[in-house]
Amino acid sequence: MSTDTAPDRITQAQPSSSRLRSSRIVGWDGAIVLVTVLVIAVAALTVEHFGTSRNAGFLILDLTPVLLLALPMTLIIVTGEIDLSVASTVGLTSSAMGVMWNNGLPLETIMPLCVVIGAVLGAVNGILVTALGLPSLAVTIGTLALYRGLAFVLLGDTAVADFPRDFSSWTIGNLGTSSVPNVLIPLIVISGLFAAVLHATPVGRAVFAAGANPIAAAFAGIPVGRLKFWLYVTSGAVAGLVGVFWTLRYSSARADNASGLELTVVAAVLLGGVSIFGGKGTLPGVVAGVVLLSSLQNALRLASVSTEALTVVTGSLLIVSVLAPNVVTSARAALVRRRARLRTTPTS
Amino acid sequence: MTLLAQPAEPDTRTRTGSTALDLVLRFRALGLVVALVAVVAVTAAVNPRFVGQQSIRDLLLSAAITMLLAIGMTIVVLTRGIDLSVGSVLGLSAYITADFLQNNTGTPLPVAMLLGLAVGAVCGLVNGVIVHVGKVPSLVATLGTLYVFRGIVYFVAGGSRINASDMPRGFLDFGTARILGIPYLIIVALVVLVLAGVFLSRYRAGRDMYALGSSPEAARLAGVPAGRRLLTAYVLCGALAGLGGVLHAARFGTVDASAGSGLELSVVAAVVVGGVAIFGGSGTVYGAALGALLLTVISNALPVLSIDQFWQQAIVGALILGAIGLDRFVSLRVAASLRTKDSHVD
Repeated sequence: MSTDTAPDRITQAQPSSSRLRSSRIVGWDGAIVLVTVLVIAVAALTVEHFGTSRNAGFLILDLTPVLLLALPMTLIIVTGEIDLSVASTVGLTSSAMGVMWNNGLPLETIMPLCVVIGAVLGAVNGILVTALGLPSLAVTIGTLALYRGLAFVLLGDTAVADFPRDFSSWTIGNLGTSSVPNVLIPLIVISGLFAAVLHATPVGRAVFAAGANPIAAAFAGIPVGRLKFWLYVTSGAVAGLVGVFWTLRYSSARADNASGLELTVVAAVLLGGVSIFGGKGTLPGVVAGVVLLSSLQNALRLASVSTEALTVVTGSLLIVSVLAPNVVTSARAALVRRRARLRTTPTS
Repeated sequence: MTLLAQPAEPDTRTRTGSTALDLVLRFRALGLVVALVAVVAVTAAVNPRFVGQQSIRDLLLSAAITMLLAIGMTIVVLTRGIDLSVGSVLGLSAYITADFLQNNTGTPLPVAMLLGLAVGAVCGLVNGVIVHVGKVPSLVATLGTLYVFRGIVYFVAGGSRINASDMPRGFLDFGTARILGIPYLIIVALVVLVLAGVFLSRYRAGRDMYALGSSPEAARLAGVPAGRRLLTAYVLCGALAGLGGVLHAARFGTVDASAGSGLELSVVAAVVVGGVAIFGGSGTVYGAALGALLLTVISNALPVLSIDQFWQQAIVGALILGAIGLDRFVSLRVAASLRTKDSHVD
């Protein structure tokens, strides 16, 4: 759906877009970074306990799954597709992890296997979308149900909780005696990797090209289908990793782990300034989007504002983040038109 | 000139082309009916009581609400949109209606239903305005309102719930009462189904929905008032979700803030399984209603067949994938047959 409506929207924006871009002081992703910093600063000053290192640690643990899933999701949405099955993939790998552990496999074997399982699930999405040419929205709504269903088939509504303490405590633990969570290092490395790939490699340029104009990209020699396939594989593999993290963090393998998280991930990515029509977006923006959502959530909870308020805030932010640039663009376009009219009136 | 010299052969080809086309197009509804009959037959063979009067009544009761929502969703999907907020709209309407009835026990039933319908229509209007005026893609807009409307339900409801004892007897009776053995709820759903079916196939505004979904640009150039039609589609979808909320409250008797959570998935599944193309422009409300019925039948059949209830979601997923796969196959066949028809022209 997203790709289908793209052309007319793009042609509308095209004539003035380069001009607008140069005249913009900060882009949407720049703005979102600023807003994020602002929100954190205000929260640190006004909300009790928000600024403590202990809370920062919790905040990082909380945002880890969303951030990890948002990274490949960004690349997929930039190519003009979507992957709604990520949270179900997390649930299925978590279930598989529980089953494998029950069958006596060592965790050192289980963890890489989970990533492989995730990659295979992603490959199924990839094949359905690229080889069969099915719409990704429908495909991943289908696999959202399918993978979650299989997770329940594997583990039912029981939980596997007897994972070794070492692994769980590393997952939620801090570096040495500091209050820096262990997960922060891999988080920074993986985010940096995705940012580098998207913004500094031919692969990244191919991702943007495929999203901006798939036909032109194909003519330019970019294997659009293969690219998308591997993005889905990556997305699945990362979801497998998140499945491991989720299971170890709560020390509980359950089929309903991460239920509904796909909506948060998509919301964070779009909030980070990625266009649902593809071809536009930056990874720093997405990271800021994730941090913004998670900090707001955390601060509101600490300020004992209800989670209900947060739901409304999340939804409104999502709509506004897409609405605002549209309003600004049309207002600017109107301005440009008026200037042009004023300029031509005396001569004619 | 040379083309006109050989009229006989192309003529027969055209005819075979269109009958093949008809068959292929009919196949989708046919496939659903076959699947439905197969599931019912197998389940009835295992336990004959599955086709008993009471069991069928229960089945239709559970299908009625999904059916209503699927009808609304079909209209939106036809225009190339999607409405992910239907579950939240249902929850909001169910709670507001139940709350209103709790405080105004003397309210006549139609007023309560109109209230629920109006709540839904307003939600739909909000979606439509964001999509059309705000130029926000429907996926994003309704993902946002999914959160917003659900948040509002929580605001209104808090942690409280409305129980059957708080609502007037007459309203609850409506949820279970039947006429000639047919529950009111299913009658409401069927009436809406026929109205929507006639609207989409016979009326200008309904045909415009298909036109907008097939080719938005062409539809606009042909003078279709795109904005008005899009708003209509979202308002109708919202209103039907609102009506679904009223029926939900009447049927279950208890409403809390989480009513209808996650329902959007089953509704989209019903629509997709019912042969409505997710790219818009093709499909019928009857197919969507059959899809809703099939999903309900499957979930009711699982326990009878002593299959773990946990398989249900996996089956739904597999059905969605199968349906869109079939849809793709059909459209490729249609394209191929159209090409053969064209080929004698040049």
